Amino acid sequence: MGLKKMLVGLLGSVIAIGGFLEVATADLKFPMLVYRTGAYAPNGIPNADGFVDYYKMINARDGGIGGEKIVFPECETGYKTQVGVECYEKHKENAMVFQPMSTGITYQLIPKASADGVTVYSTGYGRTSAKNGKVFKWIFNAPATYWDGASIAVRHILKQNMGNIKGKKIALVYHNSAYGKEPIRTLQVLAKKHGYKLMLLPVDHPGQEQKATWLKIRKQRPNYVLMWGWGVMNQVAIKQASSIKFPMENFIGIWWSGSENDVMPAGAGAHGYKALTFNAPGDDYQVHKDIKKYVHDKGQASGDGSHFGTVLYNRGLFQAMVQVEAARVAQKIHGTSKITPAMYRDGMENVDLNAKRMEELGFKNFAPPFKNTCENHGGSGLAAVQQWDAKAKKWNMITEYMYGDSEVVDKLIAEDSTKYAKEQKIAMRCN
Amino acid sequence: MIYKETGQFKSTYESDHSIFPLIQDKIAFNILMLVAFLVVPFFIDSYWEKAILIPFLIYSMAAIGLNILTGYCGQVSLGTGGFMAVGAFATYKIMTFFPELNIMIIVLLSGVITAFVGILFGLPSLRIKGFYLAVATLASQFFIIWLFNKVPWFYNYSDTGQITVSERTMFGVAVTGANAPPYATYLFCLILVVVLGFAAKNMIRSKIGRSWMAIRDMDIAAEIIGVPPLKTKLSAFAISSFYIGIAGSLYFAVYLGALEVTESFDIMAISFPVLFMIIIGGLGSMLGSFLGAAFIVLLPIFLKNVMVDLIGLSAVTAKHFEITIWGLLMVVFLILEPHGLARLWSIAKEKLRKWPFPY
Repeated sequence: MGLKKMLVGLLGSVIAIGGFLEVATADLKFPMLVYRTGAYAPNGIPNADGFVDYYKMINARDGGIGGEKIVFPECETGYKTQVGVECYEKHKENAMVFQPMSTGITYQLIPKASADGVTVYSTGYGRTSAKNGKVFKWIFNAPATYWDGASIAVRHILKQNMGNIKGKKIALVYHNSAYGKEPIRTLQVLAKKHGYKLMLLPVDHPGQEQKATWLKIRKQRPNYVLMWGWGVMNQVAIKQASSIKFPMENFIGIWWSGSENDVMPAGAGAHGYKALTFNAPGDDYQVHKDIKKYVHDKGQASGDGSHFGTVLYNRGLFQAMVQVEAARVAQKIHGTSKITPAMYRDGMENVDLNAKRMEELGFKNFAPPFKNTCENHGGSGLAAVQQWDAKAKKWNMITEYMYGDSEVVDKLIAEDSTKYAKEQKIAMRCN
Repeated sequence: MIYKETGQFKSTYESDHSIFPLIQDKIAFNILMLVAFLVVPFFIDSYWEKAILIPFLIYSMAAIGLNILTGYCGQVSLGTGGFMAVGAFATYKIMTFFPELNIMIIVLLSGVITAFVGILFGLPSLRIKGFYLAVATLASQFFIIWLFNKVPWFYNYSDTGQITVSERTMFGVAVTGANAPPYATYLFCLILVVVLGFAAKNMIRSKIGRSWMAIRDMDIAAEIIGVPPLKTKLSAFAISSFYIGIAGSLYFAVYLGALEVTESFDIMAISFPVLFMIIIGGLGSMLGSFLGAAFIVLLPIFLKNVMVDLIGLSAVTAKHFEITIWGLLMVVFLILEPHGLARLWSIAKEKLRKWPFPY
């Protein structure tokens, strides 16, 4: 009976220990909210591996940033908002930047991080109107936002139809969450502008059940399908599309729905599927050579090292690179290598990744150049379309990097961010 | 020895009817309350607040609510997530309609609104029972989530369906929003849980609670001895939903601050976990509601912290272990004592009473 009593006692009291275990660290802390388990792991793992490998490479090659080692504690969120909050609270002390890798968690952290003075960098996801640095001091979402993405996809469709898509039907298959709902507003405004009809097809978490969605598409035959999916949902959607023989070249995913893991399960059926991207695929850039030399060849690759050079791994490299570069800029501005979270934010706001700087960092032609300013936390807004070649098992870039419809997007961003500023009583900066 | 009741004579009806008839229980409870009200607020930081104590209090509130309905009145419900969503959205709408209203009133009003919704969805319980009722409440769960997704009025036409809390104060201190100090949000939730917890305990010990239990144990017999099933079942639905609505309101306003209905009130995120809380904690037990909430909410965090920080496992390995250990413990507890942790506790007390001379 002593055992039973002990176990009951365990439940009530020992949780007390849990909170005191935070390990104090001196160096530059870049906490990682990752998900290597659950329905979103197929996308979460390669991305997290990219981050870890890049940080390890910087630590091994340069001895850290300006002599300060990078520490990057991982916290497993499973893409769950509540766990994300727990992870944030656990690691926020002295954290330079949080990369939530989930739009839901980003929405959660925007008010908290702004109050705590912690930078949040949601690379091409999260709240679109956070692009407006006048309102969102601590939040960055460069190099492109979902509203850029939506309008770039429509621009691509326009190009294919000689600029006229009146009466065409475009369906949006989206993850029924803050993430998936993000582009709806822009697509509605663009529908008015270009005269297409918009069909909205939500898919509930985790996205394994899409039979009804694709039956609707089969019946109503939209001319184009756009997808805002993540995790298992991507794989299932692409499989379903190929099984109803939907013309794959008319199926365009956002940059989070265009990795190898998403198209592989559908085999040859995925041939011709398109997705947006703001970074190039491939593993022959200078940064890859460095990672090979300093990390992989020493047997220190994150995970099993099998995602090297894939789309999401490369995106992880890009995200980590921007975060590290921001720390360097901050060190330069403030003339000290020991930067505080507040100094780090200044660095992030003054990141200028022009073509020359990208080349120095080993990212030549890897992504379009971009620059953050006080007003603009959303970068250039450039993205290109890539297409999957199922025979060669390879993504090919089929367009140049292009801008979204800034006429529409900028207005929506101004509207949404001023509304938020008014609700939360935030004074505008950068005057 | 420890739980000896020898010498504790009850000479008045009040002392005989008190919530804690044993002086030892009373002392333990009073110490707990003293610590919770007078010690914790001075030491609480935002990790303890946001990750441990607030979720524990809120889930305890939801578990009390569901325990009233399922544990005491015997009506199985899978609609907890939906009812919590009603509480959250009611809070949001009232907040935006009446910017000057005190947050305590907003939270209580949200509970009242949820109570009415609960009555509405409780109506089928007059005709259907057991598993069939579970399916009917499941429908309410899906319907409510769908409604809050479909009708933009509920989320004030925001682009993404997100609702965000604005700052509200009590006695000049913020209790909602990002700037609220940890002690304020903690005390706000604690006061609600303690006051409503006592209210629930007393309801259960009075006429209304006895009629719930009569319906649970055998509804036909109860009807014959004069317990009206309509009034009893609907009152259980109303009061249960009131508690769950307040839990939902706090979940939105104090805990998360911003949420999106599908993700936050999903059946896997709320309804099942809260049902497991009362099953593991103990059906028909106040203490069980708290123990169950602690088991479901706090144990994973505790396991994670031990494995990652003490043992030094990588985050992902720890997660796999955490899921396994947590699942195993759940099975072990249910085999050890099907009546839940609360029953384990009372067995322990029984043993303590005889210790060290069991025979």
